[in-house]
Amino acid sequence: MASKKIILRFGKDISDKPIIFHLARDYNLVFNIIKANVNPNKEGTVVMELTGEKYDEGLDFLKSQGVRVQPLAEEVFRNRVKCTSCGACTTICPTGALYLERPSMEVMFDSDNCVLCQICLKVCPVKAMEVRF
Amino acid sequence: MAIEKTYAEINEKIRSGEVVVLTAEEVISLVEEKGISEAARQVDVVTTGTFSPMCSSGVFLNFGHTKPRIRMQKVWLNGVPAYSGIAAVDAYLGATELPEDDPCNSNYPGEFRYGGGHVIQDLLARKPVKLEAASYGTDCYPRKELETYITLDDINEAMLFNPRNAYQNYNCAVNLSSKTIHTYMGLLKPNLGNAHYCSAGQLSPLLNDPYFLTIGLGTRIFLGGGVGYVAWNGTQHFPCIQKDAEGNIFGPAGGTLTVLGDLKQMKPNWLVGTSFLGYGATLTVGIGVPIPILNEEVMRCVSVTDRDLYAPIVDYSEAYGQRIPGNLGYVSYAELKTGKIAVNGKEVPAAPLSSYPKAREIAGLLKDWIQKGDFFLAEPARMLPSYKDEIVAKTLEIKGI
Repeated sequence: MASKKIILRFGKDISDKPIIFHLARDYNLVFNIIKANVNPNKEGTVVMELTGEKYDEGLDFLKSQGVRVQPLAEEVFRNRVKCTSCGACTTICPTGALYLERPSMEVMFDSDNCVLCQICLKVCPVKAMEVRF
Repeated sequence: MAIEKTYAEINEKIRSGEVVVLTAEEVISLVEEKGISEAARQVDVVTTGTFSPMCSSGVFLNFGHTKPRIRMQKVWLNGVPAYSGIAAVDAYLGATELPEDDPCNSNYPGEFRYGGGHVIQDLLARKPVKLEAASYGTDCYPRKELETYITLDDINEAMLFNPRNAYQNYNCAVNLSSKTIHTYMGLLKPNLGNAHYCSAGQLSPLLNDPYFLTIGLGTRIFLGGGVGYVAWNGTQHFPCIQKDAEGNIFGPAGGTLTVLGDLKQMKPNWLVGTSFLGYGATLTVGIGVPIPILNEEVMRCVSVTDRDLYAPIVDYSEAYGQRIPGNLGYVSYAELKTGKIAVNGKEVPAAPLSSYPKAREIAGLLKDWIQKGDFFLAEPARMLPSYKDEIVAKTLEIKGI
């Protein structure tokens, strides 16, 4: 069975609970965490590969626990021609994937740290952040 | 002997190719190394730059006459209304104007993806723009409506006319409340979650001429990638020297410029349509002002560094909106640029809304133009009010008749 990449988002009320552990113990699923992050507001994001016969039941369990599940079928990228390096995204990006390089003050984008929350698409004043499906 | 240079002497050096030009960033190390007098002797012009959202911007357009003629009473460009309460086929399109069907903040926070500033950028990109006009019809202007497409090259005049640009200094915005807020200073996270500032600091035009010794009516400038002029002081031009309650001095603030120029020779990468989530649409404008080193006093002004320039920290959750005087202290641009500042004893991540790399690029382009002999300095026909004029901001009172 092919593994699927998914994004899990945990509100701050549940981000300290051992939820993913149940995927293995109760649903016999194999998981591989690609990225994990807890932002200063204690909201968690996990990008993982997940596989197993009880995949759908596992997802239902996650949703019943208040976890928001999103398929990882998209990628955020920066349109370098449009980006003016203003910096407005850099305190908003929850994982520091968008940051200012110093002393040049150029905006950099490290997609390895991106958890696809896509808030940059909304706050970018010149709409330089785009999403690819 | 005191150093004195005239505009004519500097322009003669530009003509002969002997002119020495540095950017406001480059001149700092020269002054640190050689001192003000020697730097003033060596350098003729210092170039500045800024690339920031500037809401008080727009363009006067003359569309030419249709057959039969129309006296345009209402005008829309790509659905964005333009003001046409002037002559028959003239209109003014403001950067913050929105399409009449924009949901604005009814679906909070609104996205404001397209407005007057975006129309200006589309015109500059030579894209066809839909023009609609309506009128009541007169004996001399019989047509009552029209719908057509124009490009920037099809119309007679397009004059960028920005009544308030190039703010000398600006607030550092924070949010003391427990809710996220959406402002013209960007998204401000609750409980001092972040701080946004908006100035090129040591590269910014009016921070390099804090007393308006050289920038005046008629000063030739870099505007939107082309050549423009300072037409007047800007609206809300209240130049001052910032002081705290104890009388400590925190550098200049408050000056603004009215600038204009022929839009047709500007570039779409230097006039960029801009959207602020939950706030509105605007235009990001690139401006560069050359400062002639007329004497040592002017050189002393342009040698200012980010360590000497300060932004007031202002709460945008209440103090700004409710017009509560005072601030949360001052922070230097050097501190702001580190990305972390202290506010009320808390460490707060800081980010700019004004592109420092683009400001540097503008100062560099203007330097190139002058060195190549493509750009000469214009002596102001009149100087602008400075802090010495002690202009006090008027407020608007709500009252009955």
